[in-house]
Formats: sequence, C-alpha cells, structure tokens
Amino acid sequence: MSRPERVVENLNRALHAHLAADPRLYLLGEDVEDPYGGAFKVTKGLSTVYGERVIGTPLSEGGIVGVAGGLALAGDKALVEIMFGDFAALAFDQLLNFASKSVSMYGRPVPMHLVVRCPSGGGRGYGPTHSQSLQKHFVGIPGLALYEMSPFHDNHDVLGRMLGAGSPGVFFEDKVLYTHRMAAAGVVDELFRFDFLDQAGEFARIYADDPGELDCLLIGAGGMTDRALTAMRELLLVDEIAVQLVVPSRLYPFDVEPVLPLAAKAGVVCVVEESTAGGTWGAEVAAVLHTRLWETLRRPVRLVHSADSIIPTATHLEREVLVGAATIRAAVKSELASRRERSLT
Amino acid sequence: MTVVDADTAQLGATALSAPADEDLDLLLLIRHFELRLLDLFTAGQLHGTTHTCLGQEYVPVALQPLLSTVDFVFSNHRGHGHYLARYSDPVGLLAEIMGRAGAVCHGVGGSQHILRDGYLSTGVQGQSLPVAAGVAMHLRRSRPGALALAYVGDGTWGEGAVYEALNMAALWRLPLLVVVEHNGIAQSTPTSAQLAGTIAGRAAAFGIPHHRTESVDVNVIRAELGPLVARVRTECVPLVVEFATHRLGPHSKGDDSRPPEVIEHARRHDWYARYREAFPERFAEADARAAARIAAVADECAARPPVTWQASA
Ligand SMILES: Cc1ncc(C[n+]2csc(CCOP(=O)(O)OP(=O)(O)O)c2C)c(N)n1
Ligand SMILES: [Mg+2]
Repeated sequence: MSRPERVVENLNRALHAHLAADPRLYLLGEDVEDPYGGAFKVTKGLSTVYGERVIGTPLSEGGIVGVAGGLALAGDKALVEIMFGDFAALAFDQLLNFASKSVSMYGRPVPMHLVVRCPSGGGRGYGPTHSQSLQKHFVGIPGLALYEMSPFHDNHDVLGRMLGAGSPGVFFEDKVLYTHRMAAAGVVDELFRFDFLDQAGEFARIYADDPGELDCLLIGAGGMTDRALTAMRELLLVDEIAVQLVVPSRLYPFDVEPVLPLAAKAGVVCVVEESTAGGTWGAEVAAVLHTRLWETLRRPVRLVHSADSIIPTATHLEREVLVGAATIRAAVKSELASRRERSLT
Repeated sequence: MTVVDADTAQLGATALSAPADEDLDLLLLIRHFELRLLDLFTAGQLHGTTHTCLGQEYVPVALQPLLSTVDFVFSNHRGHGHYLARYSDPVGLLAEIMGRAGAVCHGVGGSQHILRDGYLSTGVQGQSLPVAAGVAMHLRRSRPGALALAYVGDGTWGEGAVYEALNMAALWRLPLLVVVEHNGIAQSTPTSAQLAGTIAGRAAAFGIPHHRTESVDVNVIRAELGPLVARVRTECVPLVVEFATHRLGPHSKGDDSRPPEVIEHARRHDWYARYREAFPERFAEADARAAARIAAVADECAARPPVTWQASA
C-alpha cells in the first residue's frame, strides 16, 4: 500500500476539487498564482487550471478580504489565503465588522460563502511576526466559525462544510503540518489508532490499543497533534499513564456534546494550544466543560499554552517558548499527581 | 470676518435650469425627511444617532437616472438620501430608524446599516470600498454593463482601505464608481486639517479618471456625468466623481461646533434656497406636498407597533 499523501497535497487537491466543482468559487491571495503557487505551495497549479478565478493580489489583506466579502455578498464564493496568519490582523475589520455581521445585521439572514485560510503557528524559525497562533483573537464573534486543519480531517470535507455554511469562517493551518502525512484507515502509527466520536467525523479520537483505558483526556486542535502524540507515547511507555487525544475540526462554536462521555470518564482533562495564555480557545473549552461536568470532573480543566512571550527566531530560543511535548507530559503528570494527592487526603 | 469667497459671489450669476417635477419632489422629500428626523430627536422620539444629508440631497437625486436597477449601491453613515433616491420608501426607512413594524431591516440595522436588493450601507468608514470592488468583480462577469457605486465622504480618504480598493479596481479594471461627497468637513475636523493634497491627485496616482463638479443643478450634473458613467460600464474602468458640496446641519444631531460664518457659508450654497428663488411657485407647491407627505409618514410610523426580530433566525 502506498503511504498516505502529505497534508499540503491533500489541501491542494481539496482546492482543485472545489474550484472544479463550483464555477462561482474564487481564490484570492498574495503570490498564489503559478509558477510560484503560494508561499507554502498550497495553491500550486490552481491558477493554471482555473485562470481568472485564482487571483494573485497586491499586498492588501484588508482589501482582499473585503473583495472576497463583496463576491460573497453578490452570491459568489470566495477563499482567501493570508500568506502568514499573523497578517489576518490587517483584515480584522472586514471579518469582525463586515463579513460576520452581514449574515445577520440586516435583520434577515444573508448567506456569505467566505473562507479565510491562515497558515499559522511557529516551529519554523520565522520569528515574532510570522509564527503566531491567532485563534484566540477570533473566538466568540457571532457569525464567524473557526476551523483548524488536522491530519485526521480530509480538507475537501472541511472546506466543503465551511464554504457551504453560509456564514464566513477562518481556517487555521499549522505550517509544520503541511509536510506531514495524513492519517488513514484508523492508523496513526505503530502505537496509536484513531476513530471519530461523531457521525459527521468532526471529532477525531486518538488512543493506544485499548479505547477503554483512559487516565487523562487531552483536547487539542490539529496543529498540536504531533506534540500531543509524543507526550502520550512517553506517558504510556514510561509513566504508564493512558492518555487519549481528541482533535476537533471546528474550534468555534465548540460543540461539546461528542466529547462529554470521554471527558467524564477521564475526570482529568487538559486542553493544549500553541497560543499564549489569556482569553484563549482552550479557556472557552474549559468553561464549557466546567459548566457541563462540574460534578464529574476530578480537577479543573488544565490549560497548557506556550510561554507568555513573543516568539523568538533562533531555533533554540523558539523551542523554549513554544509549548512542546515535554510541557504537555509534565502537565498531565502534575494533574494526575494532584488528583491522587486529593484522593488520599 | 466675511466669508464671501469667489465661488459664493458667482452663485447668483449661474442660473439654475428648471428641474423635472419628479426631481424637485424627490429633493424635497429627502429634505423634509431629514428635517423631521432632527425634530423627532429633539422631541425625544428617536434614540441612538443619525446623520442627515441636509444640503447634499441633490447628489443622489442627480445620479439616480444614471443608475440601473442591476447596479449595486454602497452607502455610508450619511445615507438617507441615497436610499430615498433609489427606493422612494420613506416609510420603510423611518420605521427602521424608529424601530417600528415595517422597518426595512427589522430595526436591526438602524440608520446606518441598510440592505435592500442591490443597496447596502455600513457604519465603518472606508470598509465598503473593497467590498464594492468585490461586487464590481462579480458584476463584470455576471452582469456586464452593471457597476458598483460607493459613496464616501472626504474624511474617509484617511482610511487605508480606500487605497487598497482603488489600487485593485484600477489593476483589475473593475466597474467601480466612487462618489465623493466633499463637504469640507469630517465630523468636526475641516478637510484642511485631515487631507493632504487633493482627491484628484490621489485618484491620479492610481491612473483613475476623476471628475469634480461644483454644481447643484441636477440637470447640469447629469449632463456632465452621463458620458463618464457610461464609460465605467462599457470600458470596465473605475471613476472617481467628486461633488463639492456643503453640510448644512450638524454631523449627527446637535453636534455642530463650526463658527457661525462657516455655517452661513454652507447655507448660501443650499440648493433649497436657490431653487426656491429661481422657481418660486412650482417650488412652494412641491415643498408643501413633500412636507405633508413626510408628516403623514411620521404619523404612520409613530402609530405602528415595535418591530420584532428573531436573533438567531
Ligand atoms: C472607521 C471609522 N472611524 C470613525 C468613524 C466615526 N465617524 C463617522 S462619520 C465620521 C466623519 C466622516 O467624514 P466624511 O467621510 O467626510 O463624511 P461626512 O460625515 O462629512 O459625510 C467619523 C469620524 C467611523 N464611523 N468609522
Ligand atoms: Mg465630509
């Protein structure tokens, strides 16, 4: 059997398929045209095939999200690539005050088929302004959905869902993930397997051979997968702690239902995210879990973040700041130790 | 200090041509609508804020016959005239502003957030220009010959979004008509304190044709603009049209800090007094008709129940 495709190939294929299927769909972004094909090569080949609907733009993030909003308002569909997700800051007004509001502020539903793609996160030495995880800045905006790319979720399905929703969405794509392989056929690697908690396949669950064994539940978006798996491996093999990981495709609004049984069973939950602490997606997930499982959880939901710092460029300095497998492993162990201490007293 | 500048001195010399009945009616409908709004605020019957277009009513009235129903119009905070010129629907608009049944956007949008068919207004300055460029891109492909029009004030030329949009519209040959209502002021800040260079110069920087008009005569304006607007449609190129105009009233309500002579200067340019002087009898009749119509509209809206809206519909 051939190896599963790389995530970037899966995403590129998804874009091809959507542009081929829908003559009203446009893609706009800086340097997205061939032969360059985008800063991360995600859009390679698209302009050659879909010509005038794949548009290389000037450096105008606010402007191009505005143009995309205009296309969507007029009944077309639009995908925007923000070269580095950090620059979505320049499009914040169009997302917050135009695209997301337009679906409801005129007193009746106005469909807006618009997706803004944001290559995100650190780990590649791009430095403070090209490495951030901006998810938290977009959480809680009425009419704006947030999704994150993962190796478990086929990008064609995810983008189809987002483009079909009728309200705008932001798609976060962890840059490190592009070169990784998609997970297929329920197998992650020699140790871990995966399945889905829900019919729609939005919540991937990763576990080692016995899905019934569960000391602690991790929840993290796609970009955290690798670090979470490394931590889970060491926790299992070295510390003899059975941890499972849930990777949701949609971050916001966060549908907690499919996760409740596992969270209740574990009693100990950690949410891992690459952003800095403070008003985060993880805090949102924790608040929802606390409300629903206050009596059942044995500990408050633990949030695991990167350090409260800008992201330095030098590899060794960047590594010190960004949340890593060791941070996650330590957090899980301390949560379980506190739980034990408490149950002893 | 007397502010009798060159253009004021000329006013008397340039006679106005006779307006069509429907133009005069529309001009006066908008005028009385706006005056009534200020009265309603004073009487405590309106909440929040509103921006009247007193003094600038002739701009959308002059443009109206140059537009087609498939064109998309983007309005701004000072948009009542833009809406009424397009739809002649004072009841829907006043109900919207008053939050009464029959409101065109169910009372959710209010004075500055209106959507109806090919018409949209938003309250963030400059934001609509890139959106209008996107709609123009859609129209160029789906409805050749149609255009997107975006109204902006002079102060809005401080926003970066304006330039991103002009750049893309010129680069991509989009049928985008930018109508600048240059009233010399942004809220309380005179243009001289917020705009370096000129709007003409800024349009020229993008290679976009620019036309400035000083007239308040709707016939003259149409004759000037007709061929230029036609080019936007046929050649798919943007155009910036700048109206030298005057804001008669406050920025919103009760917030006019301009010195009396500046307000007096604006008043001398008011189309209302000039048309009244030029065509006294026709004007008086039309004026009385419009006043009566708006009085009836206001009574009707006031008698309506509060509008209902389903938040998560
Ligand atoms: C982005 C943004 N900044 C500030 C405001 C507040 N504001 C509303 S209108 C206005 C002045 C606009 O001036 P101009 O563009 O000249 O239009 P005018 O009011 O003269 O018609 C300001 C500052 C706003 N609505 N949006
Ligand atoms: Mg102004």
